Amino acid sequence: MNSFNVLKYDLISLISYTLLVIFGIINIYSSSYNESFTSIFDNSTIVGKQIIFLIASLVTFIIIIFTKSKFFDRIAPILYFISIILLLSLFLFGVERGGAKSWYLIGPISFQPTEFAKLCTALFLAKFLSIIQTDLNKSRDVFIVGLIILTPIILITFQPDPGSALVFLAFIFPVLREGLDLRFFYFGLILISTLVLTLILDFTISVIILFILFVLLYLYNRQKKFKISVIKYFLSLVILIGVSFSTNYLFENVLEQRHRDRINLIIGKEVDNRGIGYNTNQSKIAISNGRLFGTGFLEGPQTKGHFVPRQHTDYIFSTIGEEWGFRGTLITILFFTLLITRISFRAEKQVNHFKRIYCHCFASLLFIHFFINIGMSIGLVPSIGIPLPFISYGGSSLLIFSVMFFIYLNFDSSRLKED
Amino acid sequence: MLKKYLLIWITMICSTIFIFKLASLQLSSNSYFNSDFAIQEISVYPERGLIFDRNGQLLVANQPMYDLIIIPENTIEFDTIELSNLIGIEKKELKRKISNSVNYSTKIPSIIKTQISKEENAFLQEKIWLYDGFYLKKNSVRDYIKPFASNVIGYTGEVSQSEIYTENYYEKGEMIGKQGIEKYYEKELRGIKGIKYFQKDRFNRVIGPYNNSDDNEDPTKAKNITLTIDIELQKYAESLLKNKKGGVVVIEPSTGEILTLVSAPTYESNQFIGQDRTNNFQKLLNDSINKPLFDRSLQAQYSPGSPMKILNALIGLQEDVIDENTTFTCNGGHYYAKNAFMGCHNKVGTISDLRKGIYNSCNTYFAKTYKMILDKYETPSEGLDTWANHIKSFGLGDYLGYDLFIGKKGFIPESDYYNKFYGENRWGSSTTISNSIGQGEILTTPIQMANFTSAIANRGFYYKPHFVKKINNESVSNSDKVFTSIDKENFEIVINGMVDVVDKGTARVAKINGINVAGKTGTIENFILIENEKKQLTDHSTFIAFAPAEDPEIVVSVFIENGYWGSRWAAPIASLIIEKYLKDNVERKWLENRMVNGSLQSEYEKPFKFKNFTINE
Repeated sequence: MNSFNVLKYDLISLISYTLLVIFGIINIYSSSYNESFTSIFDNSTIVGKQIIFLIASLVTFIIIIFTKSKFFDRIAPILYFISIILLLSLFLFGVERGGAKSWYLIGPISFQPTEFAKLCTALFLAKFLSIIQTDLNKSRDVFIVGLIILTPIILITFQPDPGSALVFLAFIFPVLREGLDLRFFYFGLILISTLVLTLILDFTISVIILFILFVLLYLYNRQKKFKISVIKYFLSLVILIGVSFSTNYLFENVLEQRHRDRINLIIGKEVDNRGIGYNTNQSKIAISNGRLFGTGFLEGPQTKGHFVPRQHTDYIFSTIGEEWGFRGTLITILFFTLLITRISFRAEKQVNHFKRIYCHCFASLLFIHFFINIGMSIGLVPSIGIPLPFISYGGSSLLIFSVMFFIYLNFDSSRLKED
Repeated sequence: MLKKYLLIWITMICSTIFIFKLASLQLSSNSYFNSDFAIQEISVYPERGLIFDRNGQLLVANQPMYDLIIIPENTIEFDTIELSNLIGIEKKELKRKISNSVNYSTKIPSIIKTQISKEENAFLQEKIWLYDGFYLKKNSVRDYIKPFASNVIGYTGEVSQSEIYTENYYEKGEMIGKQGIEKYYEKELRGIKGIKYFQKDRFNRVIGPYNNSDDNEDPTKAKNITLTIDIELQKYAESLLKNKKGGVVVIEPSTGEILTLVSAPTYESNQFIGQDRTNNFQKLLNDSINKPLFDRSLQAQYSPGSPMKILNALIGLQEDVIDENTTFTCNGGHYYAKNAFMGCHNKVGTISDLRKGIYNSCNTYFAKTYKMILDKYETPSEGLDTWANHIKSFGLGDYLGYDLFIGKKGFIPESDYYNKFYGENRWGSSTTISNSIGQGEILTTPIQMANFTSAIANRGFYYKPHFVKKINNESVSNSDKVFTSIDKENFEIVINGMVDVVDKGTARVAKINGINVAGKTGTIENFILIENEKKQLTDHSTFIAFAPAEDPEIVVSVFIENGYWGSRWAAPIASLIIEKYLKDNVERKWLENRMVNGSLQSEYEKPFKFKNFTINE
């Protein structure tokens, strides 16, 4: 049994975590505030529920801190298996909320297995990549890694909750770190560019641009020493044209109008502040209303008027922006940056591969939530409904991110041990 | 290395971008996102100030009325026909008003129908909640309690687009003083509106005060105004002018306070309230014969007529060309130049001294006096300008500076005028001789006539005439005496002549038992252009008077268009007003009845009948 020694742990991260959670509770209180509010421990209220989950998180803290890190290594496959089962059975037993079947209802508590899957995928991916035989230069292993990541993505997409599914793309970072050829990354970038290009322009023009680009690239590379065969170029081109075509097809035929509107809005094809752009516009008004020092706790007119939809969950950042001003948003961003970079940085000091990869997975997950959520609140990213870790209202999210954080603390405190 | 720290780099880059974006949202001063949906401003209007007459009688108060308001962005589809039936506006008109309000602003309330009475409101309140975006707003509108002195009090109306731009205070649909005291004292009467801020939710419902009402601005109370008008006297004077055109101005000479200002025909301020406002206004505006919106006391410029002789007498005395014993012989007129004869109603061979000249209103006497004034100087220009300066010192030829926006300057000819007309000094006293009897180029308004009479009554000075006595119980000080260019001692003899006018002269009808009235009649030739042909109309009847002559308390100037002799209409009316004011009740009921019931309508219709007509019947 480990003896408990506070100084062993990453105190700076722990303090950051604590501050963010407390700040979250304060802002959830403000976002959901109305006059009929009575006691904050009343579990029928939003803050009450959040606090109950916070207490639950603290219980896991004690359990996780006193667990040997080897244990997580062992149970990772089982946990991953369970999470996939849970995602699968959502289609049978899930409860629909906001158009997506992504909840289990257990008594008064609702639980989102998607959140659980994030933790399990992180652990299992770390497990698989840390196996000594795994070699990312082998296409078989790349395929398995792809399978590990894509399985939850596909299951979640069909809930349908494409926003949450998108989050799993964060795992590309640890996989790259563990040796995946950067060309995959570049190819991915070109893939996304093709996607965006097809959406902004149209199919034919994108194909023409791609074609010219590839011919130029080929002519340029021909003079170099190492040559890629014409067939590979041709194959890549065909794949990209295929992506462009399917993007076009998906956009026009599979996506619903609301999705199309959202995408159009973000790539600047449409400006509509009353309809679909309402959320983002209201969020921006609230944030800009905060000026430097904010309107003060419980004083934000946009917040009090509940102008920003889902303000206690996805748009919590607009509350921070309005009531705490630039001061508040800056500090929030700095704490997240500190946390993500610190975790990522300290992961590199891990001797144990499993732990290192897990920490990278966790940092990447934190980053993608941070990037999408805040980006969406200030209008830089399409409106995608995912929570801001530690801050947004949502029991599953708070609990799972806390657990992931505590596992990080556990791993970090024992980073010099090989076990 | 890149692979190891890829996430760290990307995080740093994203955070930097976020911080810049947030700085531009939250710190840049011209952030367009600050148009606030969440806060509603509601103006709080202080009750418009009350208006009292000089004796504390309430003339103007306020009454509740309701406006139907639309906030276009809150409306949902509704049945226009149903709504138009409900509020009694034609469908077309309703649609036009709604589209106007949409053009103005979809967020700011606009008025669809104003001046909905208490009774209608009770009915509408039960139905209007069915129409989202519409509501009824209680409003205070004017209640003109006494239907008199409307030309002084004026009226209020909805603020115009240009007033919104120039004043930088009003919002569409607010009321502003449009005429009279309501306009001149708009700032005092309206007070300053306050603002209440309310927190709205996303459904645009008000959910409570914003910021604990800390930012609310309290309205500043309006001020009440006490007029110098004596409403009883005003009422009486208005009754005397029934069916006549003209004006009456009554001034208290010891203060310059205007006791009565009548213009006939006139309008009633109440015509500008309620739903008939627009109709009434059009009717008044279109009445080009009676011109009820034209204030004859302030805006009508007439030849002054014989009262001008009084001023000429005073100037003659001041310039030392005559004294009280100077006599002239009248031969029923006189030749003032070769082949130019000025008639006079005095008998051939009448020898008049100054007093007699005044009370018999001898044209010859004053023509000769005028000639002597001008001829005293080397050039006619010098002479005329000296004369004109004396005249102007009585406040003629310029605005008097009273507290209403309307008025006319009148006209006093100077040398420039004749030089332009005849050539440099190629004219003389004979050319301009009509000035002597107030007929020529001179133009005056009834209030100017009253004002110079006031200066005579005061023996040499006047106070600026004005309409407001107190603002919120604070006296409006108006102590500046304006001195005329005539010395005090020159007045007595002229005033004696004026007393004789009433005693034994042209205005014996104006005599009042026990009161010495000083006055002067006037009978003024006037012309009209009918189809480019100059036609003479029946003379105007005018009279100026003050009483008691020795210590004047009241000055009256009456002008009756086409009333013929000064003594026929103007003198009796002035006399009755003096009697009413000084004695409180009128003994000469027969005269009163004749004036109240007398009508000049047939006289006014003459030129419009396209037939030849006789004048001065």
